This record gives sequence, structure tokens and C-alpha cells, in this order.
Amino acid sequence: MTDLAWIDATLTSARPQAVGALLRYFRNLDTAEEAFQNACLRALKSWPQNGTPRDAAAWLIMVGRNAAIDEVRRSNKQEALTDDAAISDLDDAEEELADRLDGSHYRDDILRLLFICCHPDLPATQQIALALRIVSGLSVKQIARAFLVTEAAMEQRITRAKARVANAGVPFETPGAVERSERLAAVAAMIYLIFNEGYSASGETSEIRKPLCEEAIRLARLLLRLFQSEPEIMGLMALLLLQHARAAARFDTAGGLVLLEDQDRTLWNQKLINEGMALIDKAMRHRRSGPYQIQAAIAALHSRAAKPEDTDWTQIDLLYGALEVMQPSPVVTLNRAVAVSKVRGPEAALQMIEPLGDRLSNYFHYFGVRGAFLMRLGRNDEARVAFDRAIALANTSAEATHIRMHLDRLMRDSQPSGTTATKK
Amino acid sequence: MLYAILCYHDEDFVGSWSKEQDAAVISKLTVVQDRLKREGRLGPVARLLPTTAATTLRKDDPPVVLDGPYAETKEQLLGFYVIDCENLDAAVDVARELGAVNPGGAYEIRPVAMFEPGANAR
Repeated sequence: MTDLAWIDATLTSARPQAVGALLRYFRNLDTAEEAFQNACLRALKSWPQNGTPRDAAAWLIMVGRNAAIDEVRRSNKQEALTDDAAISDLDDAEEELADRLDGSHYRDDILRLLFICCHPDLPATQQIALALRIVSGLSVKQIARAFLVTEAAMEQRITRAKARVANAGVPFETPGAVERSERLAAVAAMIYLIFNEGYSASGETSEIRKPLCEEAIRLARLLLRLFQSEPEIMGLMALLLLQHARAAARFDTAGGLVLLEDQDRTLWNQKLINEGMALIDKAMRHRRSGPYQIQAAIAALHSRAAKPEDTDWTQIDLLYGALEVMQPSPVVTLNRAVAVSKVRGPEAALQMIEPLGDRLSNYFHYFGVRGAFLMRLGRNDEARVAFDRAIALANTSAEATHIRMHLDRLMRDSQPSGTTATKK
Repeated sequence: MLYAILCYHDEDFVGSWSKEQDAAVISKLTVVQDRLKREGRLGPVARLLPTTAATTLRKDDPPVVLDGPYAETKEQLLGFYVIDCENLDAAVDVARELGAVNPGGAYEIRPVAMFEPGANAR
């Protein structure tokens, strides 16, 4: 690695803490960001000669704060330019600052920084864009690329989000326990959104959008470092790792979606799986279950099966059952039905999803799953209707292609037996 | 004499390496390790999962199980080597060599008092 790459990595890892502290100090996001930028510029000048300071975040906070104060003074014309001598005595300053940056501040600073990005007034896409910009420090260009929009459009989206956050009034007092755990939950949800934004990419765009998954994992890791006894954060981290572990197997060379049971499991990233499993293990010891832990446990059961037929569907059915109680949703029931179809057959599974038809009448996966159950029951005409509806609702071309594969198979199966149904 | 080289580094920093940066460091470290292996001086080498995956058993009475590493520090124990060296100077040389391709953080060089290579764990 070059010197510059090292410095870059240091600045990236110090960013959440530094911007978080500067935000607490200035109570203004733009000022905090600008102060951090200034500190980074000075670091690029100073560090190659003087070496990287032991506590890079403290250095950046100190220098950023001073630079911003100078800025204010300069614009107020109250004082002449302050030269670099003012920040030369950084060792002492570092120590003093380190004292003030006690553990709880540091945690709440970063949590606050993450939390303002998930303001309920902001639509999900703006929350994500804002977090990637402010917390992760990705450039507008990088974020625009991951979202497949122009740089100008992304710039506008972020500016708009920032304005909303500024008007909403950021809570600066140290949060109480309840407030803190609410923030934690909101931030966890936002991190999961970032991950899904990358994970739900189609084959053609999955490579471009992969940084979103990696960034979400990095943020989850950061959050877990701050709150290391929170089983749900362990669960979230495990869930992201276990899902991301399958990245290399999820698309074929043509960009087509490969279903879990058809994936080449040797392509799964065993290192990520090991870490995910370790975290789930750790989380379960707390006996405080939650939706992320359950979803991670389900993902772990898939990861544990070397072959699809080794999958412990009975256990997965039970876990989805628990998730249904905790977080009732037709989508959870739909997922459970897939497990039920493996354990008790397609008839039972079909019965289970029948009542969901109204609520999921515009949901691609509902019709895909329904079609698959009907097909297994030999009710080919009904299956075809479901698959046609699924294609009409497909979000990506990969999804549509996948369903078309089923339809083609139905066609092939039905021709020799002389069925007259034709494909629409 | 056997020496343990304990690798301490800021794991946030190490975690912010790109996959390519990480791979570049590892491949350079492998060069050093391969040479030590050829010289018959390389014992077990381990890279540990992040401290977020760590659990600590405090041996109080009764023992307490805690999440996270034993010590809350700026730099964490991220891995270790066991190497066979003539003396401390030689061990420091190896650490220097490893450090040259993986700068930052610290190596703690500790003479090994008892070593049980084991056989079964993989």
C-alpha cells in the first residue's frame, strides 16, 4: 500500500467518530462536514512528513474544530489569519480532547450521526444516500453510481435530505436508555435498507451496487463495536454477513438470478459464513430473541447445508413461525410457506398462502411462489396464470427471466400430454 | 526458543482496507511466512475474527461471560504467529520484517513458556 492509501484508510475509519464529535460541537451538519474536510486536507499535508498520529480521530477533531473556528473569525474579520502554529502543540491538545471524548460520548456521537440520517420524514432512498455521504464519506459520484442515477440528481437528493434534517432539529442532549435503544433500532433498520438496496440489484447491476452491501456491513460492524452486548445488532451483523456470503453464487454468467437451491455452494464465502455463525452463536446466549436474530438463524441454516437437500426445513419453518409472531407480515408467511412446502408438501403450503392473495395482489414473489406450488400439484393451467401475473409484476429482468423458465418448462411438460393451453 | 508474535492493530482501520489492499498485505506477509516455513521456524499462524465476535469469560466467582474482548483498547489483538528463533534479536528481526509489509499497530513479542501443538483441530 502506498502512504496515501494508508492515510486514506485512516481517514475513512476515523470519519464517523470525527464528524460525530464535530457535529456535537458545532450543531450544524454542514459546518461539521466542512471542518472534517479541512482537517483531512491538513492531514494529507502533515501526515506524510510527521507520521500518522496515534489517535487519528482526536487529531482530526482538534484540527477540524480549530480550522472551523478560524474560518468564523476570518469571516468576522475580528482577527487576522491564524497560522499553523496554533495547532502545532497537538500532543497536549490530543490528550485533553481524549479526556473529553470519553467512551459514552464517542458512542452517542456516532449513533447521533447515524440517527439523523434516518429521520422519519426522509424517504428510504434519501436516508440511505445521506448515511453513505455523511457517515461513510462516499463521494456523491460513488453514491450516484451505486444508485444508478446521475451525479446531479444525487447531489440534489442529498442536498434536499440535508435541508430536511437541518429543519427537523437534531437532538443533541445525551440520550436516555429508552431513547438510545429507539435510535439503535432506527439505525439498524437503515443499515439493513442500505444492504438491501445493494442486495436486491439485478445481475447486470449487482457488481456496481455491491459497495452498498459492503458499506452496510462496515456500518453494522461499527454499530456492533459501539454496542457490543446488543443481541439484535449481532443478529443484524450476522444476517448481512450470511447473505453477502452468497454474493458470488447469486447470478449466472448471463446475469440471471440463481435461486438458493440451484446455487453453487462452493462459491459461498466461508469466511463470512464463519463470522456470521459466530455472531449468531453469541447472540443466542442472551436469550433475547428478535427479528434480525431469527432471520440470521434462518440464513445460518441454509449456510450450514452443504447440499440443498440437507437443509433443515423443519427448523426453518419453526423460525419463520416465531418471526410471524414477532413481526406479523404476509411476506413472512409467504416465506414460511416455502419451508412448509418442503416439510408438509405443496398442498399445505398453498392453503397457507391462499388468504394472502388480497394483500399481496401486487407482489411479484407471491405469484412466483404460488405458481411453483400449483405446478408441483400438477395444476398447470392455474400455475400458468400465476406465472403470467408474476412476470407482469417483475421488478427486474432477472426476475422475469426466471419465471419465464418455469413457463417454458410447463409448456414442454404439457405438450406431450396433449394439453391445449397456450402461453399468453 | 519459541516466540509468540502477537499482532495488535486498530481493527476499524484494518477493517476499512479494501479487499485489494487486504489481499496485497496478506500476499506480502505470505512471502515472509513461506521463507520461515522453509527454514523450519514457522509454528501456527492465526488471524482472528473481529473483536465483535469475541466473548470473554471473567474468571470471577462465579465466572461471568461478557461480550467483547478482554480489554477495551484502541488497538486489538487481531492475530498471532508462533516462530522458532535463536534469541530475542532474531525474533525482533522477524517482527520487523513482517512489520515492513504490514505497517501500523504493534507486534508484542512474547517468549513461549509452554507449547502444545495439538493435532486434531483444523
